[in-house]
Amino acid sequence: MSLLSKFKETLICLRAGKVTLPYPRQARPLPERFRGRPLFDAMKCIGCAGCANNCPAREILVYDVCQEVRILKYLGRRCTYCGRCADVCPEKAITMSKEFENATDQIGDIQQQLDLFMSTCQRCGRCFKEPGPLEQLQMKGYRADDLGKERWIYRSKAYLESQPEVDDIKIELD
Amino acid sequence: MLKNLCQKMFGRSLWVYHANSGGCNGCDIEVLNVLTPYYDVERFGIKLVGSPRHADVMLCQGPALRSTAKALKRAYEAMPSPKLVFAIGSCASGGGLWYDTYNVIGPVDKILPVNFYIPGCPPRPEAIIYGVAVAVGLVDKKTSPVKIKQLELPIPRYHPDQLSGEGELVVYEKAEKV
Repeated sequence: MSLLSKFKETLICLRAGKVTLPYPRQARPLPERFRGRPLFDAMKCIGCAGCANNCPAREILVYDVCQEVRILKYLGRRCTYCGRCADVCPEKAITMSKEFENATDQIGDIQQQLDLFMSTCQRCGRCFKEPGPLEQLQMKGYRADDLGKERWIYRSKAYLESQPEVDDIKIELD
Repeated sequence: MLKNLCQKMFGRSLWVYHANSGGCNGCDIEVLNVLTPYYDVERFGIKLVGSPRHADVMLCQGPALRSTAKALKRAYEAMPSPKLVFAIGSCASGGGLWYDTYNVIGPVDKILPVNFYIPGCPPRPEAIIYGVAVAVGLVDKKTSPVKIKQLELPIPRYHPDQLSGEGELVVYEKAEKV
């Protein structure tokens, strides 16, 4: 009885065949719509910060160093590869690559930093028309992030003259 | 240095302990998928054990929560001494999407010294095997920080109110360098 069941088991196992994938020697082909690490193209980027606004993990930081240089930093620690930044990018500067072998011993290895040149008007010397205070509150892209501490910061501007600019809304406090 | 030490210490087989400190179970499924016959890591000697006292490697999934951070720390301290900690998934390595909520302390490396990070949400089973291979020293890591500049600086900048002269002869008094 028990011997017969063993034979049966053997037959079932033989029919199943070999299922182990030969991963370390040969990678399985990736699915067509697989999204890996986003790659940023500095030549196409116009620095609109739409990706920074739409990132659900808030992993893309934007900082204006001076009038003409904007730094866009992708940290990638808690990036879920959702692809929203690539969807929203008007210039298609972000591509979701198929890289998934991102294991490191330093978490800073996944970072990407773009130093963008924001060209100015020769007449007025500004990049574009400055939004009003209400628009500035709504447009999160024109914020100053803390690149040193790698934090995402809103800087609200008060309407009243008695109140100067205060850093009153801060997200991700330590 | 660390690589050589790892090869010496963990040359034969890694026994892994699987610690979830508040993740969504996605990374757990991927880790268990690594241990199934499809990816069969037992041929490399990697084995899942139920107790941290038997383990060499701790696989952390999920962010460190306020309620589970203490237990995670205790499990880490229970492991015998040459030990590695892997942060698997974006929650463990970065804090996850809800990194700033009231009950999340943050990434696991705020609580434990993490040796290797495997980002991804969840990482593919291949990525986890690759991370273990990086840790043991079989392959080199592929990623490195990228920094790209659009243009070389400084760029001269002109202002209209600094122009003097008329007609063909226009002089810029000073060209600012950015």
